[in-house]
Amino acid sequence: MKELVVISGKGGTGKTSIVAAFAALAQNQAVLADCDVDAADLHLVLEPNIVKQEDFSGGSRAKINPELCIACGKCQEVCRFDAILKYSAEQWMGSDAGAACNDCSFCVRSCPSKANAAINEMMESSGDIHKQIFEVDPIACEGCGVCNWFCPADAIEFSPAVNGQWFLSDTRFGPMVHAKLGVAEENSGKLVSLVRREAKKVAETRRLDTILVDGSPGIGCPVVASITGADLVLIVTEPTLSGLHDLRRVADLTKFFGIETLVCINKWDINPDVTAEIERQAAEHSLVVAGRVRYDRAVTEAQVKKQTVLEYQNTGCSEDIVQLWNEVQKIAWPDEKP
Amino acid sequence: MKIAVASGKGGTGKTTVATNLAKVASQAGKSVAYLDCDVEEPNGHIFLKPEIADSKPVGNLIPKVDQTKCTNCGQCGQICQYSAIVCVGKKVLVYPELCHACGGCVLVCPSGAITETMREMGKLETGQAGEIQFVHGLLNVGEVMSPPLIKAVKSAAPEVDLILIDSPPGTSCPVIESVRDSDFIVLVTEPTPFGLNDLKLAFDMTNALELPFGVVINRADVGDTETVSYCRDHNIKILAEIPDDRKIAEAYSRGVLACEAIPKYEALFSKLLEDIQGCEI
Repeated sequence: MKELVVISGKGGTGKTSIVAAFAALAQNQAVLADCDVDAADLHLVLEPNIVKQEDFSGGSRAKINPELCIACGKCQEVCRFDAILKYSAEQWMGSDAGAACNDCSFCVRSCPSKANAAINEMMESSGDIHKQIFEVDPIACEGCGVCNWFCPADAIEFSPAVNGQWFLSDTRFGPMVHAKLGVAEENSGKLVSLVRREAKKVAETRRLDTILVDGSPGIGCPVVASITGADLVLIVTEPTLSGLHDLRRVADLTKFFGIETLVCINKWDINPDVTAEIERQAAEHSLVVAGRVRYDRAVTEAQVKKQTVLEYQNTGCSEDIVQLWNEVQKIAWPDEKP
Repeated sequence: MKIAVASGKGGTGKTTVATNLAKVASQAGKSVAYLDCDVEEPNGHIFLKPEIADSKPVGNLIPKVDQTKCTNCGQCGQICQYSAIVCVGKKVLVYPELCHACGGCVLVCPSGAITETMREMGKLETGQAGEIQFVHGLLNVGEVMSPPLIKAVKSAAPEVDLILIDSPPGTSCPVIESVRDSDFIVLVTEPTPFGLNDLKLAFDMTNALELPFGVVINRADVGDTETVSYCRDHNIKILAEIPDDRKIAEAYSRGVLACEAIPKYEALFSKLLEDIQGCEI
């Protein structure tokens, strides 16, 4: 079994369009894994039928129980992520606005901001507006649990958070594992690892010899999680100075992890000079350029029709992609396929 | 005013919008800072061509264990949620790349055996691009956690009239760290199914952060009309539409600002800047 991961460094170079086309060419012999869990798009073309869906938890999150909180402020003192918010009605009452307040409670009823809600809560729960209220900012919380450990009143609930969902689906080109990271959530790397693990299981049980992974842009957490231990990486770049700059960094990353790496120059004819420069630099760094794919508006037209570009047309860039796929296969299976 | 330029999908034109806005604002006489928070793959310098005056390492605090003081109580391993510090037999092992620098192990250690030491994760570079003050971060290759470096880029912002933040793509923690305390978010998209899908994710994010935002549609005449309809149906302001102009693509490929290469785009970006400032509440 071979796992091929498609990444790009720079975003928007055509990773997903190329993976979708490869899926069409793999003739139901591949498991598809969408590891761009942050902004997944492969499902828009492959229209998966979800057969299994599960929650994903990458870690725990703290929540303060106001009933038990003694407002000692220890949690705020130990938190390094500024994730403990303190509301004090007294502070507010001391301001100009506070001095003019005549208790109409309009602010509490109409304002969506949490500060006013907290004032309301203080008034209702204790009738003591001098009391301070502590709350966890769920977006800033990194789930380290230090507040929970040190809270003297046992007022912090620290339980696994649901950070997203993952799915096992059927598509017209075979099984697909994909995921959705929740809004403003962390742990994308763990979710990527989970998607790859599940894809591998599917490949084993269904005896499929290829895993095609659609990766994410960048060189950080989700990218590292998508390439570690993979057999082969294909970097899709474009002939722009940004594309070249980002290619260099992401190629350094695959080298760092010692993974065999191929390069494909998408939309190569947009700037043939930069394409030549990319090929020159690739050769210098012993990177194999597996193919050039020409710029073709059919890629977007196919996407609008929820088709891979190969289903949409067999001329133009589709010819380049077929050639690229053959080249990739030759390198992935040097002994097996013609 | 602090404007963050973000997008769910990569390659939609964040850097194009952020750098061109910085340029037209500076030409209009404003003091401007451009902060490239895409520390994994920063590209702003390709277009603004800054002279870097200062480059310094940025690090994260990681634990350092004095094995002679360690009593093998195991509490550091218990408090750590990231498996970055693990007690194996009579040894304490530290895995620096997993550490989130929460400091829990230091606080919990009863024998004072754990101290913290700085570990380099990237570089912070500052300089001048004409009148524009330039800041960017470069994450070291192989590092997984970019938010601490993004924080460093943002705290290096000088006092100016206008700060432009070029965010990484996506909607997860590096993006949140980049945009969270901005006054306004510009979401750049392209009118394709992928662009719209990722734009919806970006809406969810800006709503979760309760920040005002508007949309710029790049390569506006490709794809379909779904993005425009979606924005109209959801009362989302479309700030500008940038046409799919081969001249922009060519200038971009050579690392040249559209507002400098093609005169009519100077007007487009100036108007965009005015409109964004008009949105400020």
